[in-house]
This record gives sequence, structure tokens and C-alpha cells, in this order.
Amino acid sequence: MNPSADTVRASATRRLQWLDRFFDRDLTLASRILIIAGVVLLLPVYLAPMYSMTLISNQFPDGLELHIYASRLEGGKTPARDDLREINTLNHYIGMRPLLESDFSEFKWLPLAIGAFAVLALRAVVIGKMSKLVDVVVLFVYFGLFSLWSFYDRLYQYGHNLDPTAPVKVQPFTPPLFGTQQIANFTVTTVPEIGSYLMVAFSMLLIAAVWHSARQAARDVTAT
Amino acid sequence: MTTIRKNRWITAALALFVAVAILGTACRGRRKRAAVQRGDVSEAAVSTYVAPGDLDEFYLFSSGGHSGNIYVAGVPSMRHIATIPVFTPYPGTGYGFDKETREMLGRYTWGDVHHPSISQTNGDYDGRWMFVNDNANNRVARVDLRDFKTKQILGPLPNVSGNHGSSFVTPNTEYILSASRFSAPVPRSAYAPIEQYATEYKGIVAGVKVDPQSGNMSMGWEIVMPPFNYDLGSAGKGPSNGWAFWTSYNAERATGKLEVTSTQKDRDYVAAVNWKAAEKAIADGKYKTIDGAKVIDPKVTPGVVWLMPCAKSPHGADVTPDGKYIVCSGKLQSITTVYSFDKIQNAIQKQDYAGNEDGIPVIRYDAIKEAEVNVGLGPLHTQYDDQGYAYTSLFVESAVAKWKLGTWEVVDKIPVSYNIGHLCAAEGDTMHPKGKYLIALNKLSHGRHISVGPSQPEASQLIGISGEKMKLLYDAFTEPEPHYAQMIKVETLKPIEVYPKEANKNPNAIWDIKDAKVNRSGNNVTVKMIAVRSSFEPNRIEVNQGDHVTVHLTNIEQTTDELHGWGLVDYDINIVVDPGETKTVEFVADKPGVYAYYCTNFCSALHQEMQGYLLVKPRGAGATPATAGAPGPNRGKLTASK
Repeated sequence: MNPSADTVRASATRRLQWLDRFFDRDLTLASRILIIAGVVLLLPVYLAPMYSMTLISNQFPDGLELHIYASRLEGGKTPARDDLREINTLNHYIGMRPLLESDFSEFKWLPLAIGAFAVLALRAVVIGKMSKLVDVVVLFVYFGLFSLWSFYDRLYQYGHNLDPTAPVKVQPFTPPLFGTQQIANFTVTTVPEIGSYLMVAFSMLLIAAVWHSARQAARDVTAT
Repeated sequence: MTTIRKNRWITAALALFVAVAILGTACRGRRKRAAVQRGDVSEAAVSTYVAPGDLDEFYLFSSGGHSGNIYVAGVPSMRHIATIPVFTPYPGTGYGFDKETREMLGRYTWGDVHHPSISQTNGDYDGRWMFVNDNANNRVARVDLRDFKTKQILGPLPNVSGNHGSSFVTPNTEYILSASRFSAPVPRSAYAPIEQYATEYKGIVAGVKVDPQSGNMSMGWEIVMPPFNYDLGSAGKGPSNGWAFWTSYNAERATGKLEVTSTQKDRDYVAAVNWKAAEKAIADGKYKTIDGAKVIDPKVTPGVVWLMPCAKSPHGADVTPDGKYIVCSGKLQSITTVYSFDKIQNAIQKQDYAGNEDGIPVIRYDAIKEAEVNVGLGPLHTQYDDQGYAYTSLFVESAVAKWKLGTWEVVDKIPVSYNIGHLCAAEGDTMHPKGKYLIALNKLSHGRHISVGPSQPEASQLIGISGEKMKLLYDAFTEPEPHYAQMIKVETLKPIEVYPKEANKNPNAIWDIKDAKVNRSGNNVTVKMIAVRSSFEPNRIEVNQGDHVTVHLTNIEQTTDELHGWGLVDYDINIVVDPGETKTVEFVADKPGVYAYYCTNFCSALHQEMQGYLLVKPRGAGATPATAGAPGPNRGKLTASK
């Protein structure tokens, strides 16, 4: 007999039991409030821009602007300029597809997904179990990473699927996901906007809720 | 009156002496002045320097005289920024080539732009429109200051001959003034031998009505006047609101060599019109319709117009900002006459008259004269600042005199180069002048610029008027010929730079390449075309010789400064479309062959490639249906219909 095997098994069982107990924990009131606060912060994501891109050149010292929302694409607009139209006009020279709202399936599923996360989070509040909350956190992290990849892929596709008959041939490129990059005569800067920050805030609050209930659980253990 | 008489010979002699002296010593005098001013050079340079990228403080709209244009410059830099064509075709903006502006210009190819006048509300510039007169073809025009484009030309105005005393506005832009400089038989088609000038020739003073919403001009009232030469006008404001004043020369009713024949009497007249009374007379039906205009005869309808004696050969009439005084300057006297509006009203009440001209009462001069200001030789026009000073241009003396309203004392004088006509102070003809800057609009400029041969430009000199002493700051040179100008605070104007797509109501506008089409109906070929960086769609138009071709061109850009032109080789056509604008050009394809059309207004890196072909099949070569070109490599499919 290998005593160490027993020890390992016992230890694993203990840990699994701990996990079971952990997932079965009730959420504290503070955790539930944190989740609700998160949902409150998540809802404005429908209205706020998630990302913005600024294209600065000598001709446009104040920059052409592009704002990406959960459900739509919006160019900067002044009485003297329509930036989305201008960006598309300029991009046709290098054979880039025009940026059309209808080409972005994200604009259909993103609002749905955000709504679903709000519902799932509220479900965790009502049921009040750690397992439900962890579900939301894990799914949301996955969703966040997937969205980032999807956004990067968009940028990649626009910069690489260039019309071979375009008047100006450029090296295929990927506009920056974060930060600044020089593309032809434009300095292109991409930054996350308030919508993205709100989504991060939502996940942080959920993680805080997990942490608070977990800490409470640890205290309960020491108390008994 | 006595002063006028005493001054008569002295003035004439002085004027001649000074004129000769100026001509004789122009060169030496100039060098001397330049030396004197050198001490102020750095100050002048700093106060007029507008660094690259920085913006000016005022707009200056200078009339372009017989060029038919208005020139836009910035003050204090004095940089010419844009030209607004009004009465003359101007290929630079395609003005006079497209259907709309061609029809607006009618059969005329030039006009003589004299007195721009910015629309007013409560006696101050509101920056909505600018009106301008055509001295040659008796017209008035309206420029929209939203897009700096000529929107309406009215005229030739019936009965008016030589519309010089125009286009000054009333304080709420109810009317713009108009007057005959060259009296002639009325209506314009009537004939009378020149010997009957004194009795059969008539002057006209008039008010052209302005729609307060649209700015649309229409005929208001006209008054038939004795055959003097009506010169310059000014509308009353504040207490004198409801009145208009015009100077006139040739009280002699002379013909022939006017230089002599019209300068024999000691005085001429200023016509004072109660335009509210004129309005009422029209409403009461007290008028005769002559050539479509409602004309008031002062003999039949008194109480509308009076005559005020003035120092001889007066030119400018300028109401003071408070509206209490009318300042009129006689070219051939060294004084400027100030009339009191109150005194005019009293004299009219008391019928303090000294006679009449064709039934129009002449008010006794001494009853209405407030002051005679000894400004200097050859006074012409007066402008005002924000500190109670008046500035009068002195043509013969080549100087500007600064004098105080109220004390009527001349406090400063500055020489200008040379022979100043009009002058323009910042909002200097409104109820609230802005001061700071004054422009001397000089007729002669010789030696002040690098030589350009015999055809010399005019000079616009910038003078600082903030301090006690006037300071010459900058010499600018202007296309012929600034007769008057308007200077307005930049913030008052709110120009657009793009015509928004939603606001384009032209039924022939198209915004999608799939709508670009060539349609044929009999011998009429209609093309709906798009211009966008860097192509025209369609880029091929096939027609038959003799077809009537109509091209509706829409610039679908929505970015400022992205203009496109459409020049058709050998067909004498060039139109320019601004972002979001649609223009129509019509022509008969009478020349067979193949003709390129191309973008004339540089737009982009591939501007040179922005072109297409008009293919005109010779007569008898077998008719072809009109077709459009194949779609470009990056463009949507193009449908050609037959």
C-alpha cells in the first residue's frame, strides 16, 4: 500500500468538498449589492461608445474620428465634415472596404449579450449562490476575450482584404488594437472608451462580490 | 450760406494748387513720409501680423467696381481671401456657367459694383445678407453671407438710370436704396432730345423692398425727381429712422460738359425722403404705375420729399451713429456740412422754405445747418468710430480728417497714398461702430508697390484709429475698384462650409452611384452625374451631334474644401460644385468629335485622373442611344437606360 496515495486522495476529496461547499455558499448581502451596482454600470454600455479611433494628418490636424458603440458605428460630425464618409472616401484609394454598419454582425449580438449578462447577474443575486455568480464571471471573461479577438480580427480583415485594383497599393496592415500607429499619412490612435471601462468595472464588481462572499466563508470556517 | 460763398474762390484755387503739388512732388513726398513713419514700423508690423494659422478679427467686403465682383479680405492682415462674383461670370467658381447663375446674369456680362451694404437689425449689422448695386445696368444683388454666394439679381430696375445712390439699407433692412445718377426720360424707353433735359428728363429715388425672412428683393416705391444727378444715399436711424437722404449734383440741370456746366451754382441739393410717408402713399394708392413700378409724383403727393441746400457738388451723405445728424460733403468745398435732423423736422413743420424745385420744397439752409466742419480739401465720405469721432476722406488733399461730433473740431489728419475715395471704419455706418480700424480706399497707388505696368491697382490702406492719433499700419492693393466696403466682426457671420446632404432639395441631385444615368428623350439627353474623389460617374456620355445635353452634377462629398470642377474641353464650359451641391449645365452638342471633361478644381492625389469623355457622333453617322460609361473598378454597377 502506498500511504501517500491515500493521503493524496483524501486531500483531493477534501479540496473537492471545499469547492462544493464554496460553490454552494450563499452570497453575502454586500456581494449582492455589488452585483446590482455592476448591472447598473453595465446598462449604460448601450449608450456609450466602446472604442474610438482618431486619424490625424496634416490636412486634418484635429483628427477624423470614429466611435464604435455596442450597436452602431458613428463618425465625428460637424457642419463642415462627416468623418465616417470622409474615412470611407479616403479608404477607397487603398481599396479598403467601406465601413458599413450592416457589415458588422457584432452590432446585433453585442447588445443581446450585454442584456444576457445583466439578466444572469441578477439571477445570481436572486438565487444567491456563489456558483451562479462564478458562472457569470467566467462567461463574462470569456466574452470579453472573444470580443477583443473579434475586434482585432475585424481590424485585420479591413487592413488585409484590400481590393487588388485599388489605385494606391499599400502593404496590408492591422490598425492598432490599443495605442498609436502610423498608416500612410495618418497617425491612427485607438483607445477604449467609457463603454469598455464600464464593462471592466462590471467584471471588477463581480469579482469583488466573489471575493467578499469568499472572505465571509473563510471567516465562518474559522468561527466554527 | 455765407461761408459757402466766401470759400468758393479760395477753395478752387487751393484745390488746383494742391492737385498740382501732389502730382509734382508725389515721389519726394512719398519718401519723406516713409522716413517719418519708420519709427512706428515695428508697432505697425506687430499690430497687423496675423501669424500662419491664426485668424483675422474682421471681414472686409470691398466692392470691385467695374470688375463686377466683391472681394473678401481679413483685417488686420489685409489678406485677400476670396472673391464673390456678382455681376460678372467668374470661371473660378463656375459662376455664370451653370443654368441658375446664367439665368440670373441674364444677357449682361458685367456690372459696376459700388456700394455693398450688410443687412441690419436695429441699425446694426446682422450678417445675414449683403446687398450691392450695379451702377451701369441699374440692378441690385443679394449675397447670402451664409455661403458667400450671390442669390438674387433684381433689375434692371424700371425707370432708374445709373443706379449709383444704392444699395444702402434701412435700419431693419426694410428697403435698400436706389437712385438715378444719370437723369433720363421716364420710362427708360421714352425719348426726348437733350435740349429738353431740364423739363423732360427725370431723376428717380427709390426703395427696393426686402423680404424680412428670405431676403428676396422686389420693387417698393419710386419717387420722380428733378433731373439732378443723385449720388449717394444714407438711411436715417434711431430718431431719424424712416428717412433716407441722397446727395445730388447738377442743380443747374445742365448738360454737355458737366465739369463746367454743373459747377456754376454755389450749391446743390440733398434730397430728404420720408420713406414711411412714401410707403403710406403707395398703400393709399397715390402713385402712377410706370413700367411696372409704383411711382410717386411729389407735385401731386406732397409730404414725401424735401430738398436741402448743400455745399456744391456733394458726394457722401452719412448719418451719424446716433441718427441725429446727417453729414454731407461737397467735393468742391473745404467744408463738410452737418444737418440736424431735429432742425429739419422743425423747418418742415414751420414750412421754413427758400423756394421749390418742380414743386418740391427747398428748406432754408441756415434753418437746418448744425455745423460746417473745416475738414480740408475735397471731402467725400464720412465714417464713425465708437468714441464719438468722425472720419472724412479728403480726395484732393489725399488725407483723412478726424473730427469730433458735437464740438465739430478737426483733431487729427493723416496723409494717404493717394487720392482717397471712400473709407470704411469697422461697422462704421451702423449705430454701434467698432472703432479700432479704418481702411482708406485710395484711387491711386503708383510707386507704393512693385510696378505692374500701366494698369495700376487701387490701394487699401489700413489705419489704426484706437489712439488719439491715426496710424498708418499697412498698404494693401485691391482689384478695381473699391468704391465702398463693409467691415464686420468675424463672429457676427456664421458661414457654412458644406451643403448638408439633407438640405439639398434639388430634384436632380443623386447621392448613389447606381443612380448615375444618361437618359434620352428625343434630342434631349439628360445626365445625372456624381463627382466624388476622384471620379465622375458616368465617365462616358455618348450623344449625337445637335443633341441638347443637360448635365446635373452633384458633389456628394461632405467634407469642407472638397470642391470639384467640371470643365468640358472646347465647349467653353466650367462649373464648380461645392460639397453637397448640385448644379446644372445645358449645352447643344453642336461640335462632333470626342471631348474630354475633367475636374478643374484640384481635389485629390488622383485629381488628374478625374475625367471622362463626351462622344459626339457626327450627324448622319447613325443615331446612337445615349449611354453611360462602364462602372469603374471600385464602383457599383451602373445602369444605362435608353
